[in-house]
Amino acid sequence: MISRKLKDKMVHYTFFGIATFSVLIISFIFIFLFVKAYPAIDALGTGLLSKEWNISRNQFGILPAIYGSVFVAIGALIVAVPLGLGASIYLSEIAPNRIRMILKPLIELLAGIPSIVYGFIGAILLGRFLYDTFGMRGPNSFLAAILILGIMALPIIVSMSDDAMKAVPKDLKDASLALGATKWQTIRKVTIPAAISGITSAVIMGMGRAIGETMAVMLIIGSVMRMPVPFFNVFDTGNTLTALIAVQMGESHGIIINVLFAAGIMLFTIVAVMSIISDYLQVRTTEKFEGKR
Amino acid sequence: MIKKILGILKDDGECVYKELPNGMKMRIEDFDLWYGKTQALKSVNMNIKKNKVTAIIGPSGCGKSTLIRSLNRMNDTIPSVRTEGQIWLDGYDIYDDTADCVDIRRKIGMVFQKPNPFPFSIADNIYYGCQVNGMKVDKDEVVKRCLKQAAILDEISDRLGDNALSLSGGQQQRLCIARALAIEPDVLLMDEPCSALDPIATAKIEDLIHELKKDYTVVIVTHNMQQAARVSDYTAYMYLGELIEFGKTKQIFENPKEESTEKYITGRFG
Repeated sequence: MISRKLKDKMVHYTFFGIATFSVLIISFIFIFLFVKAYPAIDALGTGLLSKEWNISRNQFGILPAIYGSVFVAIGALIVAVPLGLGASIYLSEIAPNRIRMILKPLIELLAGIPSIVYGFIGAILLGRFLYDTFGMRGPNSFLAAILILGIMALPIIVSMSDDAMKAVPKDLKDASLALGATKWQTIRKVTIPAAISGITSAVIMGMGRAIGETMAVMLIIGSVMRMPVPFFNVFDTGNTLTALIAVQMGESHGIIINVLFAAGIMLFTIVAVMSIISDYLQVRTTEKFEGKR
Repeated sequence: MIKKILGILKDDGECVYKELPNGMKMRIEDFDLWYGKTQALKSVNMNIKKNKVTAIIGPSGCGKSTLIRSLNRMNDTIPSVRTEGQIWLDGYDIYDDTADCVDIRRKIGMVFQKPNPFPFSIADNIYYGCQVNGMKVDKDEVVKRCLKQAAILDEISDRLGDNALSLSGGQQQRLCIARALAIEPDVLLMDEPCSALDPIATAKIEDLIHELKKDYTVVIVTHNMQQAARVSDYTAYMYLGELIEFGKTKQIFENPKEESTEKYITGRFG
């Protein structure tokens, strides 16, 4: 029979081991990325961050892809935030319980649709439609990518903002109503401000999804290593970091592989920064309601 | 015209005006309330006198909170609630189809069981009601006046910009009272305002209630019989959704007519 103390120790070390293991994996991935990217960083230096991409002339500037990633992510947010916020306000504050019970799972189901399906719809339906409507050069464009990514970011934004607003104590909403505020005044002045950290972190998670998405984007963005002209031209084609890696990976060798790993580091960094911001905001929400300032 | 001045009605539609006897602020008439299929209030009849404190007492689950929340239609926020009967305020039925909840709640302020200040600054908490009702008032003046009325100004006058959640529980509750006073209601409803507070904070709030009845009509729900005896002029005793006995506090506590009231008051059940 093992003593209780020993058992406790064993549990302690087992879980410590598991936690360490997952941290180690992340570190290995990062180290691996660096080792693999190093030859490109060494050989190209700041050329890596230029906008010139020409394989025959040995120019590998990934700036167009970085720009493309940020551009589609911001564009997707412009599409998804108003829609998502509106939908979550309706779900959490206005919809009768019966309708909420049907709608919320349906919206969350949108998150479960494989991204290739979105890409396919984007390429076949949306791309064609935009092509016909605006008389563009081809069915691929930033606009198509932005619209599809906006829809893909929607379920996360709706679901997380809804949770944030549902978490605002009913006491507060009652207090506002009892002071003669209308339902809309209560939503605008009490519920949304009280849930703002949660809503912001929902938006950032949505943006993370838009930046990390590969398959759907690859099918509709055009995969051209070029900055859009002018820089906000949504009808132009371009590339994103994820699509760049996915498209080039299969048929590349030599330094291009290292360049792709450098693109991976870039992506990793962007997403990591966003998730840190999101965590920070979550902590602040909790503090706000525990009375710390 | 009178209706407009009273601010109870949105338009001058057909509505019943019923003169309430002199000195009466509100009248509850044959009022029933259901949560889904459960009947929580059974044909309640009660009068609330102007500038008096009316206490509602009774064991847990007897419907006293439900009744007080009916007085400013806060139960409307619960989807399954259904009501029958009338509640009159200054001669107008607040459950009439033409009545507007927002206007009613402006006339009838409420303080809740748990202090529930907004996570804004103290001053913004007070000013909120004026803001949402579009009252054109001087913010500083309203904040000072209401905090003074709620007997808390001296304690916190140098911290008006601080977050309201940094106050102690008792201070938060007095802030909530001050906040309710800012919209200049006629009636103040208090749903067990001291249940989350310590004895010292409770004593402060009870003193405050004595002061408040000069300007307002106060209705207070309490599970503390000593409190009812100390602060109220009239007492209603409820049991299982029915109003068992209603009368002057002195009479209810010294000479109850109903056996059930006597048993509850003497602590033999409840």
